Amino acid sequence: MSGAPRRQYTNPVIRWIEYRLPIFSTVEATIGADMPTPKNLNYWWSFGGLLTLALVIQIVTGIVLAMHYIAHGSMAFDSVEHIMRNVNSGWLIRYVHANGASLFFLAVYVHIARGMYYGSYKYPREILWMLGVVIFLIMMATAFMGYVLPWGQMSFWAATVITNLFSAIPVIGEEITTWLWGGFSVDSPTLTRFYSLHYLLPFAIFGVTILHIWALHVHGPNNPTGIDVKGPQDTIPYKPYYTSKYLSVFSAFMMVLAVLVFFEPNYLGHPDNYKPADPLQTPAHIVPEWYFLPFYAILRAIPDKLLGVIAMFGSILVWFILPWLDTSRVRSGRYRPLFKQFFWLLVIDFLVLMWCGAQPAEGPALIVARIATAYYFLHFIVILPLVGWFERPKPLPESISTSVLGSGAAAPKAAE
Amino acid sequence: MATTADGKGGHGHASRRDILMVAATGAAAVGAAYAAWPLINSMNPSADVLALASTEVDLAPIQEGQSITVQWRGKPVFVRHRTKDEIAKAAADDKAGLPDVQADAARVKKAEWLILVGVCTHLGCIPLGQKATEGRGDFGGWFCPCHGSHYDTSGRIRKGPAPRNLEVPQYTFLDDKRIRIG
Ligand code: HEM
Ligand code: FES
Repeated sequence: MSGAPRRQYTNPVIRWIEYRLPIFSTVEATIGADMPTPKNLNYWWSFGGLLTLALVIQIVTGIVLAMHYIAHGSMAFDSVEHIMRNVNSGWLIRYVHANGASLFFLAVYVHIARGMYYGSYKYPREILWMLGVVIFLIMMATAFMGYVLPWGQMSFWAATVITNLFSAIPVIGEEITTWLWGGFSVDSPTLTRFYSLHYLLPFAIFGVTILHIWALHVHGPNNPTGIDVKGPQDTIPYKPYYTSKYLSVFSAFMMVLAVLVFFEPNYLGHPDNYKPADPLQTPAHIVPEWYFLPFYAILRAIPDKLLGVIAMFGSILVWFILPWLDTSRVRSGRYRPLFKQFFWLLVIDFLVLMWCGAQPAEGPALIVARIATAYYFLHFIVILPLVGWFERPKPLPESISTSVLGSGAAAPKAAE
Repeated sequence: MATTADGKGGHGHASRRDILMVAATGAAAVGAAYAAWPLINSMNPSADVLALASTEVDLAPIQEGQSITVQWRGKPVFVRHRTKDEIAKAAADDKAGLPDVQADAARVKKAEWLILVGVCTHLGCIPLGQKATEGRGDFGGWFCPCHGSHYDTSGRIRKGPAPRNLEVPQYTFLDDKRIRIG
């Protein structure tokens, strides 16, 4: 952990390097895996490691795809078909990249929900949480631009609709969209800059991830009880206890990825993206990738263009102030009977929005989307602050150790 | 000439070093802004994109009631030969409480020819209604399926999330049956 004295290394080579460039002690002090960890972490805590694995898979497959892909309006679609048909194992690499992106989002949603349920965003982990939100935003930008690259119909119209969001900005909106496109509509110049950024942003994610893990190491991970580690009896070493746990989760993740890639590689995709981009024909029903649907539903729920865009971005930006919106001093949802119910309502609300985002924006689906959007903001801005005031939390366990061993000998401490 | 080693220059006056600091920082900031501009501006439309700025259209083959789509600056342009009914309806609706108020007469050069950029002013989809077989929405003009915007026979927004009427591009009649867009 942070204040620990720098270690003396026995390996002479490491010692030689360390004397000149103290990289080993620096890595160990900031992001090294060797930290005492609460002994009660459950499987929901494995998703952080899983996300790192997913990022590595995207970068490795992406670099290989980039060797065969051509970013040009008249060649991009064919180059992806070339990857699929001619390049050795090209189909495999592309399907791993495309489905890997989907699972990446699945894992990040679980990871975020875990943080929300166990109050991991609370003091002293606010910056850790906010860095996570930054990563999520860059991930969204990366995945969106990646989806444009195959230059199919969905790629093209997703690019059109999303870049047009910026035309909602008053006064300079039109200039900004023209600048984003490098033309008067989405076209080859747009594709090439998206490609450049799609290559760059994952490395930005990598950088912010290092900060994220560094912040994690300062106070250590939260845990299912939400109470602080009080001494060595509450912890176990990360290696091998958690590394082994993570490895089993990694294998499960790889199995799910394999099932998708080998049996249903296009299940999460959209068939219209196998039609080349046509700037004169919008598909009858355009939908984003599943992981963007809730936010898309919020955008469409609001009948005003600018307000719709503000609400869509606001629905994520509100996470930044979550540590201050939640007024309860008890971290874990385990000991918050009222909060717990609202948490699950929010999860349902999010899934309802996801469903709405896939429906045409009219009739009952639109009304449902409006109610769900209103509830989403209500949860963060009204319900969370109030619940913190009115709720009577359950008594917290004495320590992590007593909660694990169930030695109810010590009388439970009343919640503050 | 530096009189003090601590750079304070003494007596509450700005020292030469302070002035140098401010001047150098200022120059660096201006320099950085100048250096950033070409990078930012390089993302604006390039010369070849700007050069493709006009398109000519022959109106002779377009029958009354028919619509065609031509491409201009990468975008579709709708050219509709309006019927008497459509013109009358558009004019009658001038006072119908439009979200983006504009008289039909101000949107056309000749009442039977309606020329529009076929891009929904919401988020840029192409509205349906060019073919008689496509749905034309509640107002007989165009309907954007993306998020449900309805346009009337003058291309004005009547219902849905789009904020503005369909844009009328710059165009000129070269003669009775030919126009140049752009
Ligand atoms: C955060 C990590 C990343 C995510 C979430 C991501 C996501 C995506 C997505 C969703 C697609 C569209 C897949 C399809 O439907 O075909 C795509 C395509 C592509 N990506 Fe990535 N990507 C990531 C990292 C990278 C990196 C680091 C590179 C290059 C070094 C890269 C190169 C490519 C290429 C060349 C394509 C086009 C080929 C294709 O469509 O399969 N990606 N990416
Ligand atoms: S793009 Fe036409 S209604 Fe949204």
